[in-house]
Amino acid sequence: MDLKLLTYIVVGATFALYIGIAIWSRAGSTKDFYVAGGGVHPVANGMATAADWMSAASFISMAGLIAFMGYGGSVFLMGWTGGFVILAMLLAPYLRKYGKFTVPEFIGDRYYSNAARAVAVVCLIICSVTYVIGQMKGVGVAFSRFLEVDYGTGLLVGMAIVFFYAVLGGMKGITYTQIAQYCVLIMAYTIPAIFISLNLTGNPLPQLGLGSTMAGSETFLLDRLDQMVTELGFREYTTDVRLSGLNMFAYTMSLMIGTAGLPHVIIRFFTVPKVRDARSSAGWALVFIAILYTTAPAVAGMARLNFMQTIEPQPGQHLVYEERPQWFKNWETTGLLGFEDKNGDGRIQYSADKSVNEMVKVDRDIMVLANPEIAKLPNWVIALVAAGGLAAALSTAAGLLLAIASAISHDLLKGMITPDISEKAELRASRIAMAVAIAGAGYLGFNPPDFAAGTVALAFGLAASSIFPALMMGIFSQRVNKEGAIAGMIAGIGVTLFYVFQHKGIMFVASTAFLGDMPANWFLGIEPNAFGVVGAVVNFAVAFGVSALTAKPPEKIRDLVEHIRVPVGAEAAHSH
Amino acid sequence: MSQLSDEQAKAYWQRNLALMVKLLVIWFVVSFGFGIILVDVLNQFQIGGYKLGFWFAQQGAIYVFVVLIFYYTKKMGDLDREFKVEED
Repeated sequence: MDLKLLTYIVVGATFALYIGIAIWSRAGSTKDFYVAGGGVHPVANGMATAADWMSAASFISMAGLIAFMGYGGSVFLMGWTGGFVILAMLLAPYLRKYGKFTVPEFIGDRYYSNAARAVAVVCLIICSVTYVIGQMKGVGVAFSRFLEVDYGTGLLVGMAIVFFYAVLGGMKGITYTQIAQYCVLIMAYTIPAIFISLNLTGNPLPQLGLGSTMAGSETFLLDRLDQMVTELGFREYTTDVRLSGLNMFAYTMSLMIGTAGLPHVIIRFFTVPKVRDARSSAGWALVFIAILYTTAPAVAGMARLNFMQTIEPQPGQHLVYEERPQWFKNWETTGLLGFEDKNGDGRIQYSADKSVNEMVKVDRDIMVLANPEIAKLPNWVIALVAAGGLAAALSTAAGLLLAIASAISHDLLKGMITPDISEKAELRASRIAMAVAIAGAGYLGFNPPDFAAGTVALAFGLAASSIFPALMMGIFSQRVNKEGAIAGMIAGIGVTLFYVFQHKGIMFVASTAFLGDMPANWFLGIEPNAFGVVGAVVNFAVAFGVSALTAKPPEKIRDLVEHIRVPVGAEAAHSH
Repeated sequence: MSQLSDEQAKAYWQRNLALMVKLLVIWFVVSFGFGIILVDVLNQFQIGGYKLGFWFAQQGAIYVFVVLIFYYTKKMGDLDREFKVEED
């Protein structure tokens, strides 16, 4: 069957499934099923959290980045999983015990200040919008390929669908829909990986395949890969450090603490029935995430190998441009893959040397989607990957947009500005907020600051430098007061934003960058994507400093902190 | 459901912190230690086709993270029961 038609069918079928589940579970249960009576089982919540969490950055973008970064790409693997350890130990159980509806609400209560709550809302919106830009890039890439249009058109189609999907609302809040989305995306990710691993190494488990020998040979796959990339002048795959050890350290730490500071992940832990479930729920979420994250490095290494073998099947024997495979032509249509015959021999030379290299554009974000085609897998697998990528991007984008909407309607309007707002007006405000966020993120997505995973990394840095320290100090210190917390959040996110904007452009518009985006201009050689940890250190330092110089928090705050540290006596779970 | 006295609450919190610190040390060592700082040293060893440091950075650390969370969940469950602060 024709690939395009098949893709429409598979994507359509998965969407029908999500909508069907949403309608079925609404009809079949009462509201209090989600609220007081039962809450959500930790395994189910873990799976839904995994779907919520794994976005276009994880699914579409990450393996492609690792494919070209090699060992340096490990920052994403460790950073985006290690954060759950922090979440499970340092935040989730205590926030669940406190049992409020949104993250800014906790910050406002703990720091007994509406100003702190307002600052948290602003930080939350900045992080979430940046995150949505990354999703838009991923959605744009996916749609441009499968509709066979250029990236810009793909992005517009993606914006329309995200808008429809998020504003439809209810779909996102239902855990069973997200469980279905998890199943679709994990199958879409692992099935092609299993096929490719079998083809290359004879081992069906990609996690083992990457460490195995090539099929019918004594050479290890990774050794072969190292040899191929070094012959073309690239650095060795398994030891290619990302800029410096210090930069990798900062990058990994930023992603980890950013994970623990992103509102749409944290609120998932408000829905479990008990405090102990918040702990195990984080564990289950990580189990389901780890299935994808331990497969990703295999996808990355094998994609790089297949990609290079297609272009240069034998050393010195380059692919004739006119004989290029269909996937190559398809991706050229999107403008995300580009060839320029520099030496006029009609063949494709791929090299680390920029003056010789004729693959002038290889957008990293196409690798996961192109991988099954490059490996010549059957069309139904390719269609499944499209459905998985869209499930990942849409579920996360919808989750983030809801976090933005609730921050504006619940925290800003109802909590502070107009407490007697009607439910209808609150709903309307949140829809307008979503629409504005989609339009803004989509507009910036035409020229995203980085590949999808890189853009998302910036969002993590911003969360790491603002929300995470405020939450952590709120639980672990009784001394940090409202002045300290407010000053800390502003200083942390301010320093990080300033650093990112001076290198990436104000609001990521590249032409407004007043310091070039290059290593020579970076503080201690730390790239903007990795700067969140520095912002977090600034946040902690300022918060403790200012708190020491100003009045102690009132007695009731001390009691509140004592109260959240002990599990017993938590109220029933909130529905989300 | 019992209310903890101040001393008990303090003891409970200290035990929680001690467990946390212990596990966070492991968390740090497998990722930042083995995966980044000591990667060159460990890369002298192989498991299968993987250089060991590379394996920790792209596989091993993730497996350890999963174990850490479940271990913490179990130990905290025990602690909650010991101090009778578990939820029913």
